[in-house]
Amino acid sequence: MRMNRRIWMTALVPVAALGMVAGSLSQAKSDAVPGVTSTEIVLGGTHPYSGPASAYGIIGKGIAAYFQYINDQGGVNGRKITYKDLDDGYSPPQALQLTKQLVESDHVFAMFNSLGTPVNTALRPYLNDQKVPQLFVATGATKWGADASKYPWTIGWQPDYQAEAVVFGKDIIKNNPNAKIGVLYQNDDFGTDYIAGLQKGLGAKAGQIIKTASYEVTDPDVRSQIATLKGSGADTILIAATPKFATQALAAIGGLSWKVTTYLTDVSSQQTVMHAATAAGGAAATNGVISAGYTLDPTNTSQANLPGMKLYREIAAKYAPSSDASNASLLYGMGVAYTMVDILKAAGKDITREKVMAAAEHISEKNPFLYSGVDVTTSPSDRFPIREEYLMKYDNGLWNPAGTVIDARR
Amino acid sequence: MTLPRIGTPTILGFAIAALILASVPWLVPAYVSFELTFAGAYAIAILGLIILTGYNGQISLGHGAFMAIGGYTVAIAGQAWGLAPELSILLSALLCGLFGALVGIVALRLAGAYLALATYSLAVAVAPVLKRFKDLTGGAQGLTLTPLHVPAPFAALGSERYLYYETWFLAAVLFAASWFALQGRLGRALRALRDNEIAAISFGINASYYKSLAFAWSAALAGIAGSLIALATAYVSPDGYSLVLSLTLLIGAVLGGLSSLWGALAGGLVVEFLPIWAGTLNPAASSLIYGIALIVVMIVVPAGIVGAIQRAVFTITRPRTEGTSRRS
Amino acid sequence: MDVVNFAQGEMAMFTTFIAWQLLSMGWPMWLAFPATIVIAFVGAVLLERIVIRPVERASQLTIVIVTLGLSITINGLAGWFWGYQLKSLDSPFPSTPIHVGDISFSSQDLGIIVFSLAVLLAIYFFFAKTKLGLAMRAAAIYPAESRVLGVRVSWMLALGWGLASVVGAISGIMVAPIVFLDPNMMQGILVYAFAAAVLGGLESPLGAVVGGLSLGVVLNLLGNYVEAIGTDLRLPVAFGIIVAVLVVKPDGIFGRARVTRV
Repeated sequence: MRMNRRIWMTALVPVAALGMVAGSLSQAKSDAVPGVTSTEIVLGGTHPYSGPASAYGIIGKGIAAYFQYINDQGGVNGRKITYKDLDDGYSPPQALQLTKQLVESDHVFAMFNSLGTPVNTALRPYLNDQKVPQLFVATGATKWGADASKYPWTIGWQPDYQAEAVVFGKDIIKNNPNAKIGVLYQNDDFGTDYIAGLQKGLGAKAGQIIKTASYEVTDPDVRSQIATLKGSGADTILIAATPKFATQALAAIGGLSWKVTTYLTDVSSQQTVMHAATAAGGAAATNGVISAGYTLDPTNTSQANLPGMKLYREIAAKYAPSSDASNASLLYGMGVAYTMVDILKAAGKDITREKVMAAAEHISEKNPFLYSGVDVTTSPSDRFPIREEYLMKYDNGLWNPAGTVIDARR
Repeated sequence: MTLPRIGTPTILGFAIAALILASVPWLVPAYVSFELTFAGAYAIAILGLIILTGYNGQISLGHGAFMAIGGYTVAIAGQAWGLAPELSILLSALLCGLFGALVGIVALRLAGAYLALATYSLAVAVAPVLKRFKDLTGGAQGLTLTPLHVPAPFAALGSERYLYYETWFLAAVLFAASWFALQGRLGRALRALRDNEIAAISFGINASYYKSLAFAWSAALAGIAGSLIALATAYVSPDGYSLVLSLTLLIGAVLGGLSSLWGALAGGLVVEFLPIWAGTLNPAASSLIYGIALIVVMIVVPAGIVGAIQRAVFTITRPRTEGTSRRS
Repeated sequence: MDVVNFAQGEMAMFTTFIAWQLLSMGWPMWLAFPATIVIAFVGAVLLERIVIRPVERASQLTIVIVTLGLSITINGLAGWFWGYQLKSLDSPFPSTPIHVGDISFSSQDLGIIVFSLAVLLAIYFFFAKTKLGLAMRAAAIYPAESRVLGVRVSWMLALGWGLASVVGAISGIMVAPIVFLDPNMMQGILVYAFAAAVLGGLESPLGAVVGGLSLGVVLNLLGNYVEAIGTDLRLPVAFGIIVAVLVVKPDGIFGRARVTRV
């Protein structure tokens, strides 16, 4: 009798444990073109809805809202768009597993706007191998545009970080050729890409970067780094930081009464950052800060009457009512979704993956969610869809454009 | 040395599990085999943790660090020296075993929350150190591995199934090896040290030796797991080895059940599929669902899944006593 | 509890969000902050009764995993309600800096130090000089014997959670104006709290404060003045130092050596 019991015990465990796997199986569909039926196109993507990068999960909501809006207008060439967006927790192995699931089980037509440089680096070999389009990835790393010959199925969207830093570098030389430069940067691909771009933009004067201070995304704050940079004697600072840390940095600069020319990455130029920094560090913390921009800013009241902003508000209210419409990432999501719909349209009714990639290489688009003058253009030899940015200067609560649109990659 | 007795039940259980696992790749889509490969790798790491924490009573919040060493060893050895993956895995195991022994020696004086903090430091140190030595590790950009080359006799399997079998084969071997090793003196010593270290020492058990050994072995297992995951992902980066990974292993060990090595199988499957299930249910609420699931499972089965199964089976099959148990 | 309570930081973050919510609904500070503290206490006691009590008798590690699950859930809940965009919390302290010679201190920083010391003193008095404090300490260290003496051990645990939550809420409110409020606010801080507590010796609140202060100072000095370490390696190095200290003093700087019955 005891023998039987123990047989039960040891045998049940593996069986019971394996029972959990059953739920994730689904039937295989076989379509001529995967993910496309006469009424539907299925796209897949992964965003970080949990974990340290969860602030960017809202991008997925912006995309979903825009797609729903388009669907309510009849869809694209008679087909409704379904976007299967999963949570990868910003983990490359997790993202890869989910992407395989989307491609092999859900049979998505293409992957769209997966987020993060490490994530997309892990996905790129697989998707290119399987000839699945990896479209408009949510990262500003230079490699998406630069590696086109090796990875033809992959394309980015936003201006790359290096290019933006080059613009800043050139501006520094123009206004203060003997500047002593300090850099606050996030210790990941985003921050290190900025430094590389700044060095490129400064060219021979790259040695004038006298101090760099990094922080980890898991750090609570960056006041200590700002103190270090101030102590180095720098008179110019580049803040290559995500919104929370940029706010802390600006507030600290004000709090330490540090008179410094501040360049701020576009990623953190929203009014939420500027308002919070001004409240904490005083007007001196934010007046005169220079940044660049390419999308509209939902917290910039002077843009409220632009047609793109009105469209944004309308879609956000109707299709993403529980999301915070003042969050610039929500608008980013709609912006990139607009381009996605654009190339789906261009690929025609008889849509295939090859046609969509061809369309992605021939974009010539005026996107309502971007600043006027910033266009989305690609060609087979230029896979950087957005290359232009505005320099802008902050003055008493408002961002004022400083000059004309600059092609950041020239 | 007398060989330990292997009861029929254990062989049977092992055989059934092996049969099921061997046939799964032919019954499910390729991406499920892929996910099960990760489950197998986690199971290996959790096996180590069950031995360290369950059998030997030493808590570790830092085993993700050993997985990082394993992952990067495979990446660097493969890229820089062209070492075959299997040899790299062996190298990872050795390196991690060594490093684990070192950590174990430092940990000898610590227990409870203090040990938790010391191992926590490991987990916290991984990403910054990896990023600092960027010439070796590729820094924040990470390293891409050369695609897995399936050896000629197995070419028909395809790389996904090959890696699946390699992972679960290793898991089976390591499980069996651990099981055997724990049957005799080693197992008793580890458990004695867990239950009452001072008494155990007074009985002549060498605490330093056994405790560091437990650390070394669990570290080596975590290193192997890290290598397998790196091979499956074909990419390593510091973001893949955050504190969350170490906590995930601990969750797997406790949820699986610390009282039995079989907990590793249950734990590996849970930590692999629970987040996916939570995310598929509702991506925006995935951490909510995952967290609640953790709490509920722990309240319902505080001894872990395997503990609960053991108890359930015991309740069903226990010998009934004659007469009533009512006493006056 | 002998290991770490992972839910601590997230509870502090959540209660800080509640404070923010009350303020943005128009409540004045002198009403919103005390209300938050009351909510923090009640909420934590409820949480302990509902979630922790079922596993009170289970192994330490089971409880740890439950607190982990709790921290993940609370984090998700905060993100669900308030989103991940950062928010400002008005500071209870004035924003004018105080100048001492060449150096200027922010009133915020000084206020935090003063307040923390006040809280520390209050806790010390509570535990050392009041009957309830004594009962709580007894329940934590000698649960069986305390029960015999009529102490309601289970409720002492709940009270402990409530108290911890109150301290967490206070720390969250004080620190949010500096680091700004978002669901992941406390996760970076928890590392330091954990380290400080252990370094100081788990049974000694004074140790926790001393540990925290010395950790902060060492970290900043290391990051700024030792080039080889720089800002990116200061955390690992600091933790290495802590481990070294622990090896020498395994019960923390102020902890007393454990005496156990064999």
